Order: sequence, then structure tokens, then C-alpha cells
Amino acid sequence: MKTLVESIAGLSQQLGRDVKFMEVCGTHTMAAFRSGLRQLLPGSVRLVSGPGCPVCVTDPGYIDAAIDLCGRSDVMIATFGDLVRVPGTESTLERERAAGASVRIVYSPSDALVLARECPSKNVVFLGVGFETTAPTVAWAIWRAARDEVRNFSVLCAHKTMPQAMDALLRENAVKIDGFLCPGHVSVITGAHIYRFICEHYHIPCVVSGFEAWDMMKSVAMLLQQLADGRAEVENEYSRSVNDFGNLAAQQLMDEVFEPCDCVWRGLGPIPGSGLAIRDKYAQFDAAKALGVTFREAHINPLCRCGAVLRGVATPLDCRLFGRPCSPAHPVGPCMVSSEGVCAAYFKYERVAA
Amino acid sequence: MRRDRILLAHGGGGTLTRELIEKLFLPNLDNPLLKPLDDSAVLVMGGNSYAFTTDSYVVKPYLFPGGDIGRLAVCGTVNDLVVMGAQPLWLSLGFILEEGLLLADLQTIVESIRTTATEAGVQVVTGDTKVVERGKCEGLYINTAGIGRVMTPHPLGAARVKPGDAVIINGPIGEHGVAVMSRREGIAFQTNIVSDCAPLWPLVQPIVNTKADIHAMRDPTRGGVAAAVCDIARAANVGIRLREDALPISREVRGACDLLGLDPLTIANEGKVMVFCRATDAERVLAAMKAHLLGTESRIIGEVSETPPGMALLRTTIGGERIIDMPTGEDVPRIC
Amino acid sequence: MCLAVPARIVELQGTTATVSVDGALRDVDVSLIEGPRLGDYVLVHAGFAIHRWERSDVEELEAIRAAAGLREATT
Repeated sequence: MKTLVESIAGLSQQLGRDVKFMEVCGTHTMAAFRSGLRQLLPGSVRLVSGPGCPVCVTDPGYIDAAIDLCGRSDVMIATFGDLVRVPGTESTLERERAAGASVRIVYSPSDALVLARECPSKNVVFLGVGFETTAPTVAWAIWRAARDEVRNFSVLCAHKTMPQAMDALLRENAVKIDGFLCPGHVSVITGAHIYRFICEHYHIPCVVSGFEAWDMMKSVAMLLQQLADGRAEVENEYSRSVNDFGNLAAQQLMDEVFEPCDCVWRGLGPIPGSGLAIRDKYAQFDAAKALGVTFREAHINPLCRCGAVLRGVATPLDCRLFGRPCSPAHPVGPCMVSSEGVCAAYFKYERVAA
Repeated sequence: MRRDRILLAHGGGGTLTRELIEKLFLPNLDNPLLKPLDDSAVLVMGGNSYAFTTDSYVVKPYLFPGGDIGRLAVCGTVNDLVVMGAQPLWLSLGFILEEGLLLADLQTIVESIRTTATEAGVQVVTGDTKVVERGKCEGLYINTAGIGRVMTPHPLGAARVKPGDAVIINGPIGEHGVAVMSRREGIAFQTNIVSDCAPLWPLVQPIVNTKADIHAMRDPTRGGVAAAVCDIARAANVGIRLREDALPISREVRGACDLLGLDPLTIANEGKVMVFCRATDAERVLAAMKAHLLGTESRIIGEVSETPPGMALLRTTIGGERIIDMPTGEDVPRIC
Repeated sequence: MCLAVPARIVELQGTTATVSVDGALRDVDVSLIEGPRLGDYVLVHAGFAIHRWERSDVEELEAIRAAAGLREATT
């Protein structure tokens, strides 16, 4: 590790200017904070977090819709634990559960399907949130429900895909990004080739990174080397898990069940083609259609700067609500409640002592 | 506040529990004996100091690898006394039983209480039984109170922890929480990990007998080591730094935590004690702990400093530093 | 952006495998990977194996962790 740290310091010095690398993925954000690796980087190399936290970019209207659904006595909500404390306009799934609503935390979409089989009198709605790493697992659940005719299972779909969001960020050009640490596990599914457009269009280097502190430091070094060489390529640091073309079976399953759609990202606004919608063929497993869900306009606290934070334009410390009252125990915005949210990371791991 | 409700997280031993205590219980009940909010209250009667504590046990499932709710009830109560430097003497035992509970299960649990009480050197001197309708509690709940006699020259407590103190723990963390979780419905996974549930006076008595300058002890139960150091840092207004490479965590616990996305520092322990003592006494205390069966893997895991006041930090294996945050209260397995 | 953890297949029945992460066992679905075998290492996310590792990949991870100074308690 020492050699890596020294190599980074040396490369940065050679480069002779400050650089900002964006680590898009929320798991990278957390890994960086948890390992303390940001402190090992020279002041000239800054890591900025991006919108790769699926909980953080979920529109609050989605949470409101989920809360509406769990108010129905025939519905059981099954969800990943990550979502239960996310604030909607007025409440959270955790609070609704405390008030008696049927909300079950599951570890896998397959668990939700099992729940549907075990509770035939309930409509089990799985909250489908996550990027390309998670989408295939949800696609599997839908495909399987269709094959086995599990009629009381459906998914409220809010899956999103990464490349369009990265493109939107670059087009917006609000932050000068010198390089990307690309999401490692998304890339396991999609393959590393999906980032090529960033290099070709914007001439910005990309390194697909693993999640150990070592992986991320190595990726930073690789980015610096690319900058020094004047290259802009997609390099793969996480070669033990990622290849260029990805997991074809997973991609096929996703394509069978989902199709691209336009959707709204909290903080980034509407991004065309960046979402996944359930195909008509599987409409009966689309909770929005099957159970008649209406998405209302959600109210977002105007002081909440999650949006700016997600675009790398502000840090959590720039938000007036940070720490008071917004904290992991009492979050105002999703960046504080998500286990991968930048605000949560700052608060938990690096906040200045009050 | 009127429309707010109690959440599961309020029982987690983390931020929300603390808030409930500070915003609801203390304003209504505050008095000098309660205020320190240590694991037990210290009462002076007839020239002797006694530790007095109460606890309730609602663990689900009530039978788990390495123990059961009965053993847990004895150990948990006894250990709250032990960490005040008190020799546990007497327990009260209140049962709330669910209609339909198998008598065979109750028998197993009561026998477990008997053997654990003997192991801990305590007597159950008074009790109570209530039965509630089917569905109103899960099998059974247990409430206890415990009394012990303080054997240290001064009462121990978080407020006595000082900069320079060493932080010692008697063995690997995270075992109880993981063992219980492995039997819980919905997050089923299998593991060979068993609860570390054990009464700690036999380990702590030799520590006390060293006459070392012990300032505080804490059993890191709900909320784990993280909650314990956050609490103490806050109560004593000191900084506590733990070293990640010194934390004893077994391979299996680490694997389970990786699998479920949990942090071992936040997971409950029921057979562990953290000792805060004057730095120059650390080696002596460590030696006494290592000489006992319950302390063979004891380690110095950190130290207390002046800054940053009120916060606990972790020095990571790669040489960085991060805050150890007070857990919010509910351990949910995550995917993100 | 997701937690995924390397695990070893210790039992295999159809599309369900029991995997071990340092002794912690869980059932996962292996439909998304090709030709899983007993003893294989896989990357697990949300109850599914999403990638199969070679032995050399596992060794790479172990080497990385050793380099970062991660050690375990002897138990």
C-alpha cells in the first residue's frame, strides 16, 4: 500500500495540477470513507462522489407511491432494507410499518417471490430499485413469476442505468471531472465497454475499479497515469470480476423483461433512456399497472441539497441542513439515510466535531 | 411528537434509544442516581455500595445457537452489575408467557436459568409470572432486576474515563448478534457461530483483584462496540481511538457480516467486556484477563485521548482514520 | 454500486447453490452464471451469483487484503 501511495503522490506531482476524479458508485463512496483512504491521497487529488446511489436518486414520489400502496389492506410490500428509512413527502416505510402496514424486508427478490407464494391472499409488491447489478435479479423474479403463474406478485419498478446519467453529468458540465472510477459491480453485468463513449466523446479517462481500498488506490494511480500520458481509455482494474462484454445471461434476461424508458433522477432531473420499464408482455407483474398506482408530485425540502451533492456540485458540508437536523437518525434527504449516501458517509465517517 | 410512534430502532441501543431516554424518560424521572446512565445504578446502603440494574429480554428466536433467552437473561443482568465492579448476588425473574407456549420449551429455559445462575454465582430470590393471549408476545419475554456488591475501591463509571486510558476487550466480537440473526426468519443463513453469552464475574474478579486503576467497564451488547465507545466518549467528553488491525474478529463473523452487509462493530456481544484503565496498568490487566478461560484472546484495542472530545474514531488498517458512528438502531441486511 | 461478496459453492442442486463466505452459509440462485460447479467461487449479490471467479482471482483478492494489512483473530 505504501508503494501505491507514493506512486500516486509522484504521479500527481509530475502532472503538476489539481485533479478531481468522480467515483460514480455509492459503494465506492462508502468504501473510500470506511477505509479512510481519502486521507492517503495528496491534496492535489480529490475524490468527488456521483449519482451512483440508487436509493439517493429515487424520486420521493416513488416512496410516496409505495407508502400509498402499503396502506391497502391487500398489499404486502417487500423491499430491500436500504429503502425503509428513506423519507417520502410525509412518512417513511419504517414509520408505516410501525403504524401497522405490511412491510417486509428481504435480502433478495427471490425471497419476495417466495413470500408471494406463501401469502396467496396478499398482493406482494417488490420495490425494484437499483442499477444494472440488481436489475437482472429482479428480472429473474418477474420471469419466474410469469413462468409459474404467481399472480399475486408484482414489482414497482424504478430501476435505472448508469451510462446515460454519466453522460448527462458531463453534458451539464457543472463540475470539471478529470477521470472516472467506474462502478465495479454494474460492470460485471454490463461489461466495461459501456464507458467507451466517455473516452471517445469527452476524452476523459475511465478505470473500472474494485471495492477494496487497494483497488481504488490502484485505480486512482491508473487514472493519473492516463492523464500523464494524454490517454483517455477504459481500463479495467477490477479484472477479477469484470470483462469487456459482461454477463450475457443477465443481459438477456434484463432485455427480455425490461425496456429502456425515460425517467426522473432526483437531483439530475429527467434523463432520457436512463430507466428500465417492465415490458407490456409482463404488464401483469408491473405493480403500477396491475394495482393502479398514481405517482404524485412529491414535495422536496427546498433547503435539501441532495441533488447538488449527487452531481458533485456541492459537498454535504455545503448543505444548511447537514447535521442539524439532517442526520442518519433523522434524515431529511436520501443522501443521509442511504447506507451509500454521501451525506451519510460524511456524517458517519468524517464530520467535523460539533 | 403526538403523531410519532415507537419504531423498532428505538430498542436498538443506538441513537434513537438514546433520544428516547433523553427526551422522554430523563425529563420525567431524573435524579442523581439515574443520571449517570451507567449499566447499573450505584446505591449506598449501610456503608456499602451496591449496584442495581434492570433488564428485559425479548430476543427472537428464544432458542439460538449457544444459548437461549433464559441464559441470556441471567448473563445480561449479571454483566450489567459486573461492569460496575460489582459481584452479582441476587436476581429477580419476571416471566411474560404467551398462551400456547410449549411447556417443554419453558422447561428448557428454566433449566438453563438454573445452570447459568449457578455458573454466575447468583440466586434468583423473587419472581413473577404473567400470561398473555396468543399473539401478544412471541413465546415469552423475561424481565429481571439484579443486585450486586461493589468490590472496587471506587465505583466505576463512564465519567471516570480519562485521556491516556487503554481500551481492552476480552475476545472476538459480533458472535452473539450473528448467532441470533442466523436463526431469524427472513434472513436465514447458516453458520457455526454460537453466541458468546457468558457471565463475566469470574473474568472480572481477577481484574478487580489486580488493584489496577480501572476507570470503567462496559459490556458491548445492543449496538455493539460502536455504541459502547460512542456512549463512553460522550459521557466522559473524551476521544476514543480504536485500531482496526487490533480488533479481534473471527473469520466466520467477518464472512457473515460481509454476506449480510453488516459492520461487526455494531453487532451485539453477550460475553464480552471492555475495560478502560490507566495506561500504565494495561499490561497487568491484560495478563490477568488472559489467564482466564473467558479472556484468552484479550487485546488492547485502543486508547483514550483528549480530542476530539465526545467522539470515537477508528484508525483503519491502511492508515486512514474515520469516525465510529453511533448506530441508529436496526441492523438490516443491505444490498447497497 | 452494490454490495457483492465472493463466496464458495459448497452444495449445488439445480439452480440453487449453497455458498460459504468464510463459513457463513446461504442459498443463492445460480441461474445467471454458466456451468457452476462445486468448489467454484462466485460473486454474490442480492441472493444471486452474478459472476464466477477463477482460483487466481481469489488469490488476487487474498493478496490485496494481505497487502492492506487485514488480519483475523485466531479463533
